[in-house]
Amino acid sequence: MGTRALKAPAGTRAALLLITFAYVGVMLLLPLGAILFEAFRQGIGLWWAAVTDPDARSAIRLTLIVAAISVPLNTVFGVAAAWAISKYSFPGKGLLVALIELPFSVSPVVSGLVFVMLFGANGWFGPWLEDHDIQIVFALPGLVLATVFVTFPYVARQLIPLMTVQGRGEEEAALTLGASGWRTFWRITLPNIRFGLLYGVLLCNARAMGEFGAVSVVSGHIRGETNTMPLHVEVLYNDYNFVAAFSVASLLALLAIVTLALKSALEWRYRAELEARR
Amino acid sequence: MSLEIAGGEFVALLGPSGSGKTTLLRILAGLEIPESGRVFFGDRDVTATPASKRGIGFVFQHYALFGHMTVAQNIAFGLTVMSRRQRPSPIEIRRRVEQLLALVQLPDLGGRYPSQLSGGQRQRVALARALAREPEILLLDEPFGALDAKVRRELRGALRAIHEELGVTSVFVTHDQEEAFALADRVAVLNAGRIEQFATADAIQSQPATDFVCQFVTE
Repeated sequence: MGTRALKAPAGTRAALLLITFAYVGVMLLLPLGAILFEAFRQGIGLWWAAVTDPDARSAIRLTLIVAAISVPLNTVFGVAAAWAISKYSFPGKGLLVALIELPFSVSPVVSGLVFVMLFGANGWFGPWLEDHDIQIVFALPGLVLATVFVTFPYVARQLIPLMTVQGRGEEEAALTLGASGWRTFWRITLPNIRFGLLYGVLLCNARAMGEFGAVSVVSGHIRGETNTMPLHVEVLYNDYNFVAAFSVASLLALLAIVTLALKSALEWRYRAELEARR
Repeated sequence: MSLEIAGGEFVALLGPSGSGKTTLLRILAGLEIPESGRVFFGDRDVTATPASKRGIGFVFQHYALFGHMTVAQNIAFGLTVMSRRQRPSPIEIRRRVEQLLALVQLPDLGGRYPSQLSGGQRQRVALARALAREPEILLLDEPFGALDAKVRRELRGALRAIHEELGVTSVFVTHDQEEAFALADRVAVLNAGRIEQFATADAIQSQPATDFVCQFVTE
């Protein structure tokens, strides 16, 4: 007697798939497609001119710098927090987990405003900063702070469940075998979390490069100086320079596609490794 | 509670769940810190010494093998993390790994990964790994708890034989009295954080010291 796995009736499955694909198609593929179409509609020449424009180049460079600072910071923090949360119990653990999730529930604009409120000319630390000739808001430090805040949770959130499930067994074994804390971390913990870590870093980076709201508030929109790529797209659009706006936006769309491809590759490798380990 | 174990002895910590036997073992290992009391290895007070520096070997109930390393790399791990001055040469390490694989009767499995082994094989690898650094004391936490009865009996014999050959002081935790009596020189019966009796299997069975021991042993 053979067995057949329980499945929903064919009609239901078809309907669900249709709805899913339609939703993905309209909400995701259509906008992406439209950006690419509009960007290249008037030829590669104009596209190239738009992305090599000095202000555009400056925006690209700024985006890369902000990401290059924010992502490593949040990675280190994320790993440390996930380690503490998953391997130890301590008072305030629940609170820490809730705080890590906070940036997800706060509107990005509010996040940006908080920094203006703290470090702006009329802010809490404004006078002190002015006395010491330090510029945070409307400058790179402000952009980095805002980006770090909104991308805070990505790495930690990816690692906490992973490390919780993995437990302390292998680390304890390494300790009994004479490995120091650091050795244990590098040779045992890191290899075990590498896919979750890469995945978290990937998401963190995508968000860091694409963030608009929080960065917009602290940026001051100084052309050529404090505009990241998303802000530059807005500037171009407001100038009715649609082709240029879409051209720069297409770079961000390209980032999205590359992120998606890398994410899928990581998932595929991870699943293969999980199967092998079972 | 107070426990004194002689060098080279094979001791079992026997008791029901929650009796504190695993906690006691982990305190000996340095994986847990007692609120009061001291631990001595010989006349060395190791209470403040971290687990990595106590010179112990630990075998976990669920193996805790390093999944991303081969069997040989697992066994060699304790040797590869030694300080440069103390670390044996790569050739010496390889020789030692082969020696240990032979000791636990898995001579050709060095290149495999833990996921490719059976439960009994994994526990043998864990044992070999724990013995690699020639520990003063070998600690085993319900080492056969996750294995079926037949494998359990096989490994029981293997463990006894290894103990006989190496003579390393061993302490193992179990809730299975048959196992405790078969393997250990002396058995400590624990109940709710207290040692009810610490004697040879014969003495416990013929002269139980308390009601609890009497009931626990005759079940």
